[in-house]
Amino acid sequence: MNTIFFIAAFVAFISSVMAISNRNAIHALLYLILSLLSISVIFYISGAPFIAALEVIVYAGAIMVLFIFVVMMLNIGNAKELEKKWLHRSMWIIPVLLAMVLMAVFIYALNGSVQSRTDTEVIGPKQVGVSLFTTYLIGVEIAAILLLAGIVGAYHLGRQKKKVIHRFMNQGKKPAGKILTNADV
Amino acid sequence: MVTVSMEIQLALAGLLFLTGLVGLLVRRNIIFMLMSIEIMLNSAGLAFVIAGSHWMQADGQVMFIFILTVSAAEVSVGLALILQMFHHYRTLDADALNRLLDKKKMEN
Amino acid sequence: MNDLIFLIPAFPLTGFLVMALAGRYMSRSLVSWIAVGSVTLSAVITIMAGIPFLRGPNSTAITSLIYTWIDTGGFKADIALHMDALSFVFCFVITFVGALIHLYSVEFMKDDEGFARFFTYMNLFVASMLILVLADNLLLLYLGWEGVGLCSYLLIGFWYRDPGNGYAARKAFIVTRIGDTFMIIGLFLLYISFNTLHIDQILRMAPADWEPGSVKAVAAAILLLGGALGKSAQLPMQTWLPDAMAGPSPVSALIHAATMVTAGVYLIARMHTIFTLAPVVQTAVAMIGAATLLIAGFSAFAQHDLKRVLAYSTISQIGYMFLALGVGAWSAAIFHFMTHAFFKALLFLAAGSVILLLHEEHDMHKMGGLKNRLPVIFITFLVGGASLSALPLVTAGFYSKDQILWLTWASDTGSKWLWIAGIIGAFVTSLYTFRMIFLTFFGKVKTEPSHRPGLLMTVPLITLAVLSVVGGFVEFPGNMMPVQIFSGIITTVLPAIQIHSHDIPEWVFQVISGLMTIMGILLAWRLFYKPSPFETVFHKSRLNNFFYSGWGFDGIYDALFVNPFVWLSEINKNDFIDRFYNLLAGITRLFNSLLSYTQNGRLRWYAMGLTAGMVIILVLMMTL
Repeated sequence: MNTIFFIAAFVAFISSVMAISNRNAIHALLYLILSLLSISVIFYISGAPFIAALEVIVYAGAIMVLFIFVVMMLNIGNAKELEKKWLHRSMWIIPVLLAMVLMAVFIYALNGSVQSRTDTEVIGPKQVGVSLFTTYLIGVEIAAILLLAGIVGAYHLGRQKKKVIHRFMNQGKKPAGKILTNADV
Repeated sequence: MVTVSMEIQLALAGLLFLTGLVGLLVRRNIIFMLMSIEIMLNSAGLAFVIAGSHWMQADGQVMFIFILTVSAAEVSVGLALILQMFHHYRTLDADALNRLLDKKKMEN
Repeated sequence: MNDLIFLIPAFPLTGFLVMALAGRYMSRSLVSWIAVGSVTLSAVITIMAGIPFLRGPNSTAITSLIYTWIDTGGFKADIALHMDALSFVFCFVITFVGALIHLYSVEFMKDDEGFARFFTYMNLFVASMLILVLADNLLLLYLGWEGVGLCSYLLIGFWYRDPGNGYAARKAFIVTRIGDTFMIIGLFLLYISFNTLHIDQILRMAPADWEPGSVKAVAAAILLLGGALGKSAQLPMQTWLPDAMAGPSPVSALIHAATMVTAGVYLIARMHTIFTLAPVVQTAVAMIGAATLLIAGFSAFAQHDLKRVLAYSTISQIGYMFLALGVGAWSAAIFHFMTHAFFKALLFLAAGSVILLLHEEHDMHKMGGLKNRLPVIFITFLVGGASLSALPLVTAGFYSKDQILWLTWASDTGSKWLWIAGIIGAFVTSLYTFRMIFLTFFGKVKTEPSHRPGLLMTVPLITLAVLSVVGGFVEFPGNMMPVQIFSGIITTVLPAIQIHSHDIPEWVFQVISGLMTIMGILLAWRLFYKPSPFETVFHKSRLNNFFYSGWGFDGIYDALFVNPFVWLSEINKNDFIDRFYNLLAGITRLFNSLLSYTQNGRLRWYAMGLTAGMVIILVLMMTL
């Protein structure tokens, strides 16, 4: 089991790094899906099969597909030169440095804090479902409202509105005929 | 199941989080920034599930479901906003959105 | 009667407030009714309050508490008015002469655009002066003192569009301020010694606590004297008064002849106990008075501006009052104050009419022959001038000045040198007075007057002329008639003078002073009645220039004080203290411009800031 964990971890890390450093958007998204799949493996061997399935279905299946749809709609796959200009080698230095400092702090904080277990059991969907709908019921309701807001927001924001300029605003042209009031417009 | 110590598992989660952070700081394309945020959210969820399996409770998985929900809503709205931005500015450069800049000071 | 005293300063003060707030919306006649009416009402109430004083020498003083002003930590000062014989005389002069001057100003200022503003300041002045003389504690007196200084500044610089007037007003204010500072230090000293500023209490406690000639008494007397010298334009602070003639003539009449410049005389008379406790200072008062009267008299002789002659004459006459105070002739000084107020106000008003009617011509050499053109003014001016020169027996000035000269010789603390100075001064006084009259009213007409003055100008002139003659008859010298009403009133407040036994009878001195006056008139007639070469020859001489510049005091003060100060200000033109604060502001602005680079609107920049902050906080949390 441990070797599976380390292999999956390795794959996840490498594919995340490839995802953020790729110039092609579609390629990066595919690397990201790979990373998500390897994390799903980790979930499975940690005793959370329900979550593993959910990760593949929702995260890799829906959210990433949404990304790919938008990228295709915007048609930016061929912007190689722009990306080359933006993604200069020297830009990586400071963020990587900061990240390494943070990693060091993180590892230092983690040292010897928790005793590890030797026995783990599988927590199945039924347990998750029971906990979800009894203890965390209010969270479910709020999540539902959030999703509703998300739907409405996404619909409204995704609309293309044509800009309407009232004919009064035309430069230098006098309107002929009667003067329109607010009620007419 | 897996008997790796929790520190190493959490270290993996932290590593993935930092990867996403570096990606956010380095990339200039808005879509890649959003992608990096997804990586970060995912790693946070990983941490939750690891902790949940350690304490042998379903709470970690429940938390991951909520994170998933939030991430889905955020991605959809965020992508809609990106569409608006592209329609308005005709570019996906994050630096194009700098209307909060104090122009007079920059000129001095 | 007690309760009505507060009305005496309250009427002009109310007039001031009404005109200050609404003066520009009121018609000219309303303004003049309010202004003249308020001072007239004050005069009426003063006379009503004063009748008990006139009835007999045993009347007591009236006190009236209006408002508890300060009462804290053992220091108590109230707004309380105290009228005794001394204040009554001063109030009578201020309100009565003041009312006449206000009446005169209605016609004098009728073409001026600042009509309401003028009367606002004049009413405020009358109110402040009344507060000064009616105050029963030194703090309230100081309030009135400062008030009259302020109004003097406002009124001298009344025609503010001319910067020369503003300079004269500032000069007056600054020089009197120096005197005021002496006075406030004196007030501090008095408070520390007696723990109160109430005048009656101080005058009672002073002889008990202080030995005659003790250091504290001398110090307090010198400090109070400093205040009096500044306000009354005596040596060495007399330089502001001639320049103060830049103001309108009614201002000169009211402030610089009759009332404000006599505030110093009032102060010394009121605090007489302290001065008698310091005989050294009292002698200094007499010597300063004698020196001033000579210096000013000779300076007046060389002026050609009509009002400047009168200004130097005022300085000289107040020198007489100081001389009288210095030898202990308290009631003689107050008597001379009263008669001087009458004839000097008359002279200033008449001079003002002449200047106004001759289209603002101030130079006497360009006037002449006005006795036929302006007969009323000529006759009143002549009466005033005769009173100033102390023409024997018929003028009020004779009785008051003669009493001063007699008492300078005869008093315990007098001396013959002071008397000689006084006599020479009398000669010079009549000399320059009649020089002024002959140059202005006799001879050929050089400038034609535009019109005759109206009733509002002539009635005050005639009234004051009558008073200049009649006003002396309240106090006759001992050897003429046993009528001594004035000193009878005053000696309820001020001590009577001690006369040492003498071998020369009084009438000798009267004859000598009368002779001096007549000789001065004759010499002036000889030199100035017909245009003679004297004036042109004397004009060019260096002695004339010396006298003309007021014995060079302005030049000395310029070199000693004004020029070094101006030099220092020039050095500090960039104001190095201000520079330091500008530097602080500049540094802040520098940091602002540097830090504003961090607000560049870029998303990744902000994310970087977040990350860096996160790193720092986590590192700190881990290590601390």
